[in-house]
Amino acid sequence: MNLADFLFYVFAVITLVSAFFVVTFKNIIYSAFSLLLTFLGVAGIYVLLGADFIAIVQVIVYVGGILILILFGVMLTNKIQNVPIKTEASFIIPASITIGAFGGILVSTFINTRWKSMPAELANSTLTDVGHLLMNEYILIFELLGILLLVALVGAASIARKQ
Amino acid sequence: MIPIEFYLVLSAFMFITGVVGVLTRKNAIIVFMSIELMLNAANLSFVTFSSFLGNNIGQLFVFFVMTVAAAESAVGLAIIIALFRNKLTINIDEINVLKW
Repeated sequence: MNLADFLFYVFAVITLVSAFFVVTFKNIIYSAFSLLLTFLGVAGIYVLLGADFIAIVQVIVYVGGILILILFGVMLTNKIQNVPIKTEASFIIPASITIGAFGGILVSTFINTRWKSMPAELANSTLTDVGHLLMNEYILIFELLGILLLVALVGAASIARKQ
Repeated sequence: MIPIEFYLVLSAFMFITGVVGVLTRKNAIIVFMSIELMLNAANLSFVTFSSFLGNNIGQLFVFFVMTVAAAESAVGLAIIIALFRNKLTINIDEINVLKW
């Protein structure tokens, strides 16, 4: 087993265990910090897949942006003095039936399909290719995403402000 | 060399974990975090296929998904904060003003 394979297992275990903790911890703050580990594990797997640009964007956008927003949300919606920040789970039995059926179908499809895959040469940086695609063929989507972010910014501020 | 199925099964398990969170937890923020988990699982599948098929457009789509996820998280948390201001709870069992 070489180093890349070993690192894949390490990142996979980090991702799955912390994802499990996200949905099982009673305390929301612990869940949020487990989500941090999940995002970092996924970023590591992106690096192993040769997607360097996506790995960096994952760290910047998810860990640096979305997770901080979630932590702000936790702190703004929990009255620390009165209500404990603990929550309960429910609907265990119907949820486990649904998840068992869905997960079984999903995993068996992934395992039993014969995926076409190229012989993997360890790629160069994909940054140049992604940049060319983004600035030539997909420039319209890129601009639309800018407008979407602006609309989301204005909408979020307008929804969350005091009336 | 790790085969493609390992990455896909990892992504499937992440997605299933997200579904568990959405179905069983009652706190709106935990549901929100589980949705982020599911988005990450879908992104992981995109990058896996992009890498194993040698086609970079999959990574471009992951970039688009991340942008939409950022917009979604900003608006979603604004809605959660507005809900908390009006009803003083984010338990999704008690938020039933649209039910009749």
